[in-house]
Amino acid sequence: MTAGRGNSMKLTVNGTEIEIDADPEMPLLWALRDLAGITGPKFGCGIAACGACTVHVDGVPTRSCSVPVGGVVGEITTIEGLADGDTLHVVQQAWVDERVPQCGYCQSGQIMSAVALLDGDPDPTDAQIDEAMAGNLCRCGTYPRIRAAIKRAAAEKAKMGA
Amino acid sequence: MSRLGKITRRTLLVGAAVVAGGVAFGYYQYRKPYPNPLDGETAENEATFNPWLKIASDNTITVIVPRAEMGQGVTTTLAALVAEELDIALDDIEVEHGPAAYAYYNEVMTEEGPFPFYDESFTANAMRGAMKVAAKFLGIQGTGGSTSTRDAFEKMRLAGATAREMLKAAAAGKFGADASILTTAGGSVTDPVSGQSATYGELALAAAGLPVPDVALRPRAEWKLLGRSQPRTDMRAKVTGAPVFGIDVALPDMLFGTVKMSPRLQARPKSADLSRAEAMPGVVKVVAIDTGYGHGFGVIAENTWAAFKAAEAIEVDWEDASYPADEAGIAARLNEALDRRDGGSLRDDGDVDTAFADAPAENVLSAEYRVPYLAHATMEPMNATAWLRDGKLDVWCGNQGPTLVRQFCAGAAGLEEEAVLVHTTMMGGGFGRRIELDAALYATHMAREAGGRPVKVTWTREEDTTHDVYRPAAAGRFRARLGADGLPVALDMNIATPSVLKSILGRTFPSISPMGPDRLLSEGAFDQPYSIANYRVTGTEAELTIPTGFWRSVGNSFNAFFHESFLDEVAHAGKVDPLDLRRKLMADYPVALAVVEKAAVMAGWGTPLPAGRARGMAFTISFGTWVAEVVQVAEVDGAIRIEKVFCAADLGTVLDPAIVKAQMMSGIVFGLSQAIGQEITFADGMVEQSNFHDYDALRINQCPEIEVELLENAPRMGGAGEPGTPPAAPALANAIFALTGKRIRALPLSKEVDFV
Repeated sequence: MTAGRGNSMKLTVNGTEIEIDADPEMPLLWALRDLAGITGPKFGCGIAACGACTVHVDGVPTRSCSVPVGGVVGEITTIEGLADGDTLHVVQQAWVDERVPQCGYCQSGQIMSAVALLDGDPDPTDAQIDEAMAGNLCRCGTYPRIRAAIKRAAAEKAKMGA
Repeated sequence: MSRLGKITRRTLLVGAAVVAGGVAFGYYQYRKPYPNPLDGETAENEATFNPWLKIASDNTITVIVPRAEMGQGVTTTLAALVAEELDIALDDIEVEHGPAAYAYYNEVMTEEGPFPFYDESFTANAMRGAMKVAAKFLGIQGTGGSTSTRDAFEKMRLAGATAREMLKAAAAGKFGADASILTTAGGSVTDPVSGQSATYGELALAAAGLPVPDVALRPRAEWKLLGRSQPRTDMRAKVTGAPVFGIDVALPDMLFGTVKMSPRLQARPKSADLSRAEAMPGVVKVVAIDTGYGHGFGVIAENTWAAFKAAEAIEVDWEDASYPADEAGIAARLNEALDRRDGGSLRDDGDVDTAFADAPAENVLSAEYRVPYLAHATMEPMNATAWLRDGKLDVWCGNQGPTLVRQFCAGAAGLEEEAVLVHTTMMGGGFGRRIELDAALYATHMAREAGGRPVKVTWTREEDTTHDVYRPAAAGRFRARLGADGLPVALDMNIATPSVLKSILGRTFPSISPMGPDRLLSEGAFDQPYSIANYRVTGTEAELTIPTGFWRSVGNSFNAFFHESFLDEVAHAGKVDPLDLRRKLMADYPVALAVVEKAAVMAGWGTPLPAGRARGMAFTISFGTWVAEVVQVAEVDGAIRIEKVFCAADLGTVLDPAIVKAQMMSGIVFGLSQAIGQEITFADGMVEQSNFHDYDALRINQCPEIEVELLENAPRMGGAGEPGTPPAAPALANAIFALTGKRIRALPLSKEVDFV
């Protein structure tokens, strides 16, 4: 039975090509979560208002809840694709070191937005952090530690790159 | 469960909900422990010592933390209680939530009743004792009321300590040594004389069968983990996107679903056309849902998006709401209750009526205050997964009350409770929303129609926002008589709000009517440590049936705004500095005054600020924790920027400073979010807001710097999850008054000023 689906399509997610059978209008988020079993990107609002579903498409932070899967061109990276085996990405490690998460539900999206921010600007100002992260809602109020973790990650990256 | 158990639990809910004196039970029955739910559920090489601990022969040590992790750190702090006495590191244990079980009942969730936290009178303490007994018979395994740590503090340390002594006793037999000379460290028992050593895993099976000894808990001076910030046990999962939430549940052959419930809350469908929805691609079935929580339809589909699309296509003509359909009607009901003023006065000191009778008009200050309904807006929308097959039901969901989920889902599935397994996942936010049973109940109804397949039911954000159990609207009329020294000689607070307790009982145990004083109407106002000669706080129930529920800090969330804003008005009217006012009125309560003084020092209260900046102060004791907050605001191009928040909190005993500080910050951001912009309104009987574009919360670009300091002067341990919230809104409103001269007496403040 193919109801609700229709098109076989290929996506590259975290460096692996996967094949799914989806209605091209289905948001990327639901294709990842329900069809590909990749649940790191979270459902929060469905209207690109909270950032919990943030993934990268060719490195660009993208609200996967509001992008039809049929229109996705490029390599998709989700939170599951950041760590190198057991070694966390520098941003994830900064999140651990600053004890950022509380409930943790928004943090996949927060981390994906922060990774993209630091990839584009290795030393963001407070204003740049605010601007890049304002689309990611956190109801636990972890923002002060998110700011600290981004600065810590920036410093770590500078050390590693130097 | 036995019939007697059912009757006792139901009957007692009245006692616990309402708080009555004179709860009398057999001492023996109270002392008799609930059975260990892990008995018979352990692996072959695994032994259980008590409901909180399993040790396997391969040295896997599992601590059961039977409270729901919603970000407050219970999976760390409660695990540390066991680890501290067991002499193991948090890295060396696995943490599980464990099954729903009465053994995990919460002893203190219903403890307080109509007494302030600082009331140490015989009556207040006798009532607290009686409520602990009642809590045991109720057996509710609940996470709420900022009680998890207080409740677990003794029993989970005892779980570790008794197991340690049993392991030592087993080792003594094995070594041929006296148990009293043995030492424990790093998961092993060692005989320092002979040098023999055995791991807990080697000893576990023998040790678990030994008698449970009486042990003394270690004094604080000997703590190694407690009192120090620990790495959180849930941190790595939460930075790697691990599937720890209810919405991430994946089962073989799983179906997906959503619900479309009546937008007029708890109204029924008059007529419905399901044909368009049923014909949509990917839809398996559309089913009617008819429960005490609400009425509507569930869509079972092959994926969540197909279910969402089909739910939109369900066409229903809904009945009218049982409550006033719009804001004017709701306001009228609040005003009617204020006029009626026939609720109880949980505080009534001196003779208020006489004090106002002869008061010169120029010495009397009067004001009206108002707050709206609010949604919880947890980041993770409501969801639950249910699988009904072969006469048994499994339910997966983030929830704050597993034994209630089990009881209600068993009823919905037509099963005995023994045939229901509740799997409590981590939660993407709770804030009181996930003590409710609707998501699990609806999923269970849908599982009955899913042909033996599991079905994961996820609500849209719109469904979540428009079908919450809301923080109630409230209104107040307040007056104060000032004395010659500018201090209040009389304070009279008349508060009206619908009863959260009655709303909850109505949808869960409708045969029970609440009685007696309802502290939730006026908590945060009647129970504050100020001495005023004539001081009355009255809470009257407004007749509104819009579903309401526990919303982080409950009654304190609005009564603190009322009390502390009006007190600020009193201070300014009497030309007394708000800090000096508290120094005078709180002189009898040194714990309160110490946090006020601390926050004032942190904020530099009294020192000049650059032009265009100002500070405001508020204090609330709630859930046993004494909290003072100072908010500093700045004017930026005619708008308000919240620059800094300084918070001093006294919980008596702090077990994990980093976690407690994070919780206080979280509470502050939650309180500022309601203060600056949140509002749920009604039109045509329906909630007008639907998603984060019209019901938002504080964003990072609006978030102030927050400093938190913790004090430990309080005689009893307080909670951490909620007490940060109440003072935030009034401290902000008071700061805005200090900056602009504008007194804002209604929330959200964004109706009067802009924020950047």
